[in-house]
Amino acid sequence: MMILGPLGFTAPWLLLGLAALPVLWFLLRAVPPAPIRRRFPGVALLLGLTDDEQVADRTPWWLLALRMLAVAAAILAFAGPVLNPRAEGGGQGPLLVLTDGSWASARDWTQASARIEAALDQAAAAGRPAALVSLTDPPAGGPVFTAANDVAAGLPGLAPRAWEPSEAEMAAFVDSLPDGGFETLWLSDGLARPGRAQLLEVLMAEGPVTVRESPRLLRAIGPGEQADGALRVPVLRAGPGPAAEAEVAAVGLDPLGVLRELARGPVSFAAGEAQAEAVFDLPPELRNRVARFELVGEQTAGAVSLAGDTLRRREIALIDGGGASREGLELLAPTHYLEQALAPSADLIRGTLADILLADPDAIVMADVARITEGESAGLLDWIEGGGLLVRFAGPRLAASDEGRAAMDPLLPVRLRAGGRSVGGAMSWGEPKTLMPFPEGSPFHGLAVPPDVEVRAQVMAEPDPQLTERTIAALADGTPLVTARAEGAGQIVLFHVTANAEWSSLPLSGLFVQMLERLALASGGAQPEAADLDGTTWVADRVLDAFGALEDAGEMPGVPGARLADPVPGPDLPPGLYRSGDRSLAVNAIAPGRVLEPANWPAGVAIEGDAAPAEMRLQSPLLLIALALLMADILASLWLGGRLSRLRRVAALLVLGVVLGAGLPGMAPPAAAQEPPADSAADRLALRATSEVVLGHVATGDTQVDRVAEAGLRGLGLVLAARTSVEPGAPMAVNLDTDDLAVFSFLYWPVTPDQPAPSPEAYLKLNRFLRTGGLILFDTRDADVADFGAASPAGRRLQALAAPLDIPPIEPIPADHVLTRTFYLLQDFPGRYQGRGIWVEAAPQAEEQAEGMPFRNLNDGVTPVVIGGNDWASAWAVDDAGRPMYPVGRGMAGDRQREIAYRFGVNLIMHVLTGNYKSDQVHVPALLERLGQ
Amino acid sequence: MSHVLPPLLAAARQLASTVQLGAHGRRRAGLGDEFWQYRPAHSGDPARAIDWRRSARADAHFVREREWQAAQSVHLWVDDARSMEFTGDPGRASKADRARLLALALAVLLIRAGERVGLSDAGTPPRAGEGQLVRLATRLTAPPAEADYGMADAEAMQPWSRAVFVSDFLGDPAGVEAALTRASDRGVTGALLQVLDPVEEAFPFRGRTIFESMTGALAHETRKAGDLRERYLSRLAERKDRLADLARRTGWQYQCHHTGDAPTVALLWLYHALERMTR
Repeated sequence: MMILGPLGFTAPWLLLGLAALPVLWFLLRAVPPAPIRRRFPGVALLLGLTDDEQVADRTPWWLLALRMLAVAAAILAFAGPVLNPRAEGGGQGPLLVLTDGSWASARDWTQASARIEAALDQAAAAGRPAALVSLTDPPAGGPVFTAANDVAAGLPGLAPRAWEPSEAEMAAFVDSLPDGGFETLWLSDGLARPGRAQLLEVLMAEGPVTVRESPRLLRAIGPGEQADGALRVPVLRAGPGPAAEAEVAAVGLDPLGVLRELARGPVSFAAGEAQAEAVFDLPPELRNRVARFELVGEQTAGAVSLAGDTLRRREIALIDGGGASREGLELLAPTHYLEQALAPSADLIRGTLADILLADPDAIVMADVARITEGESAGLLDWIEGGGLLVRFAGPRLAASDEGRAAMDPLLPVRLRAGGRSVGGAMSWGEPKTLMPFPEGSPFHGLAVPPDVEVRAQVMAEPDPQLTERTIAALADGTPLVTARAEGAGQIVLFHVTANAEWSSLPLSGLFVQMLERLALASGGAQPEAADLDGTTWVADRVLDAFGALEDAGEMPGVPGARLADPVPGPDLPPGLYRSGDRSLAVNAIAPGRVLEPANWPAGVAIEGDAAPAEMRLQSPLLLIALALLMADILASLWLGGRLSRLRRVAALLVLGVVLGAGLPGMAPPAAAQEPPADSAADRLALRATSEVVLGHVATGDTQVDRVAEAGLRGLGLVLAARTSVEPGAPMAVNLDTDDLAVFSFLYWPVTPDQPAPSPEAYLKLNRFLRTGGLILFDTRDADVADFGAASPAGRRLQALAAPLDIPPIEPIPADHVLTRTFYLLQDFPGRYQGRGIWVEAAPQAEEQAEGMPFRNLNDGVTPVVIGGNDWASAWAVDDAGRPMYPVGRGMAGDRQREIAYRFGVNLIMHVLTGNYKSDQVHVPALLERLGQ
Repeated sequence: MSHVLPPLLAAARQLASTVQLGAHGRRRAGLGDEFWQYRPAHSGDPARAIDWRRSARADAHFVREREWQAAQSVHLWVDDARSMEFTGDPGRASKADRARLLALALAVLLIRAGERVGLSDAGTPPRAGEGQLVRLATRLTAPPAEADYGMADAEAMQPWSRAVFVSDFLGDPAGVEAALTRASDRGVTGALLQVLDPVEEAFPFRGRTIFESMTGALAHETRKAGDLRERYLSRLAERKDRLADLARRTGWQYQCHHTGDAPTVALLWLYHALERMTR
């Protein structure tokens, strides 16, 4: 090889060809371009014309120069030019090739192994013996120098490990080094670690040491942790450097079970800082899916941080049976104490059962929910059998319902007796009961029972052979307080008391939280303490390789828990996921608190890095240049010869096409305007029902009844429009199966004996309608002769229809009910019949009539149902001309009755539309009086 | 035979339909179909010549006179030499195509006007009627001659008839001069239509080029075609002047037409040129 400055030539004698260039110049110059033959009838006119200049068309100098350059470039290319040729260095004696072999080596492993191969090839060529040692996997008994060819054959088997060599291992390796002098090539991973200086000292004593190390700063990420609802992932780099950007990706299973990137967070290193932090503020649903963090673009075990269980927060759904909507009564809300106990350690979700089941929470807590429709209960059972935990609390609704009376309710752990019992009240014998110490085998076993926990009321379990084994907490008299039953892979737990302090003081005590924790409701996901790990054995589930990929652990021995307390990875504890029972723990290549520092090499060590200019062969670029020049020559020759005109057009078209092709997608007009939303029947209905106040009546299927109901609501609407500020639109018939009930606030439901029962989905919608403030006026239209007993067909039908509805306890309307005074002052509620009273939601028993106040503070909220039988629709009904359709009563008394019926309707609609405003208005005089004081 | 003709004949008819002029009258009473005037009846007019309907409106008798219409013989010569096959652009019709189209369209117009149309050589004497169109089209679509440049043939022309020569007139002008002189000797007048390709008019050539005639018989080599442009154009202009001068002297009309232009213009000019002469 001939070397000229930074250039070397592998075939220098070919350069002699450059001397032939002047000859070529003269040859090319002598040959003019070939003529073109053209057919042209006008040649007759050309005959005899002579050219002005005889010497005109010689090849122009610049075309010659172009060709010269092309030929010169080709000659140079074939001479094999090399930029920055590497001078072969030769050493003497054995060669020790040493690599750190840690996860940090993984980043540049390809280059490192190429360097090793080159070094071993050179050693083999020079006949030097060599040895190859990885510090993470040092040979027992020290390195043995053998023929470099044999060593090179073992190179493909060499791979970096996911941990770093420990100080003890390096010291042991120092001790095993043979004497006798050798040269060392050390492929460093660039990280400082104890023991490295001692090893270097020994090696330098044996012979020259060359270190190869990439100058690029190594980056890694530490274990992520959860703080303030966000995930924080520390990002480290080996030593301070200039300001830099990086990205951390959170990777996990998506809902389809496919591993994918869930989120990506930017990290910026400030100049001079070696540490930064990526913050992920993810929704809980996403956060719980995060399985690991990865530093984008880095392929080392250090750039992967496994999450394990520590990032997971439980999702718990809270459902209460209604009543919580009463404003100002939060402390009495069934779920208040549950929220307080669970909120710090779990994510609470709310909504309807159907929505919640879609979210697949870890547990569902139901506070005093009595009615669960068939469709819901099937979904709930599936969810429990799949491993869900259902915790139910008793309450007035559950006590009043028939759930689990006649037969075992699949959603209750035990059968319940009718009613409940109340102990320690004014009307009962005995004192409030305390708790019995928790029996062995109960999940609560070992919790101290505070003496001040008292139970005043409970629902009772039907004595049963399995009752004892299902009781996990009992009162002092042996009656069950908490019962549990396994169902499939899940469990159903029933607290026989309320979740608020109404029936017992349990929710007020610390025991309540502890019990919830024992039920794994409130368990958090912090890194276990050392004491927790003592005595446990963990088995590797998946392990990381040095390149950051998770692999099956295969058969690996168990790791004692004590080793995991200080998770510095090593050969006995490779980074990965470890499992013990249900718990899972992650060991990362970067132990918590690890700081990366660059390796520090003393003077006298030759360091080669990526910065040394690499050898670069210039042959192909030069050949490409020569080719490009020849192409340019073709074009130039064509142009000179006048043959380019058509080519030029083609080329221009091509260029234009390419430019347009590239530009068109960008300039394309935005996609066609969005299609107008489908104008479905449901949309039209919702639009009609929400653009003004619309009264709805349930379509019974009986044409006559539906017609009367429609006419009745129309008549009521006319009265409302005339007398009040409510101006309803035309009433609408509502099909419970198909129509969306959420757009209505009032439904009139005439009950006919032969009415088909709505579908389970319709009941779901009805229950949601009732829970969200809707009102249904049931009208049996039989003057309530049977007192809603089974004596009248409509009464029987009403019972059957209303059974799946989530209706609270009802009572005959009390004289001070807000319905009696929302607009008119009323005392009775006639329709076409002057029947008996109507039934509304029962007032809370606790409400006592205050001294001097005409009304109790009742019904803070709208009663969800009004049940009666006075056939109001017939009394309200008017024909198209506005005349009453049906006679009511006789004479003046009849007119009066119709008027009162209208007034009832006005009061009812006012009640629905104003909520508790009217009932609050009652107290305004008293409040004003108090303010005046 | 019809399966050969339709393209050219159809194109010619379509072109002719853009020039609907109808029969051209002689502006004086005579034999014809068109009404010319009513004149008072003289003695000697046959009784059946009297227009009774007109006479009933007046005291005198009137005779209805018709315009005199007489047919002319028109001889067409369309150059069928190889030089007419030239076109400067594959997308453009050749000069021969354009010449044939114009000639046939003119024939359509003339025959509709009642004239007799034929070719100037002896094969197709002037005749009237639609059938003559088919014969003309057949002759015009015959394969081209072998010669580079065409020679006008005035042998078969009837005295005092009309003639139309369509050619590029790039060949030896002596032939045209001789033909025109012979024609004017016989009292034949007509029109010269020179059909040229735009390339022949622009001479957009550069570089070293060998120009050949269509058969290759003539060739001219130049090192710089661009330099020849001025002199070529002046020679072309000189040729046009010579033709125009020749036409003027013999009482003919001369026009130059380019294949790049619409044929309607040339057809209109041809028709009017003939009309001017028949007056």
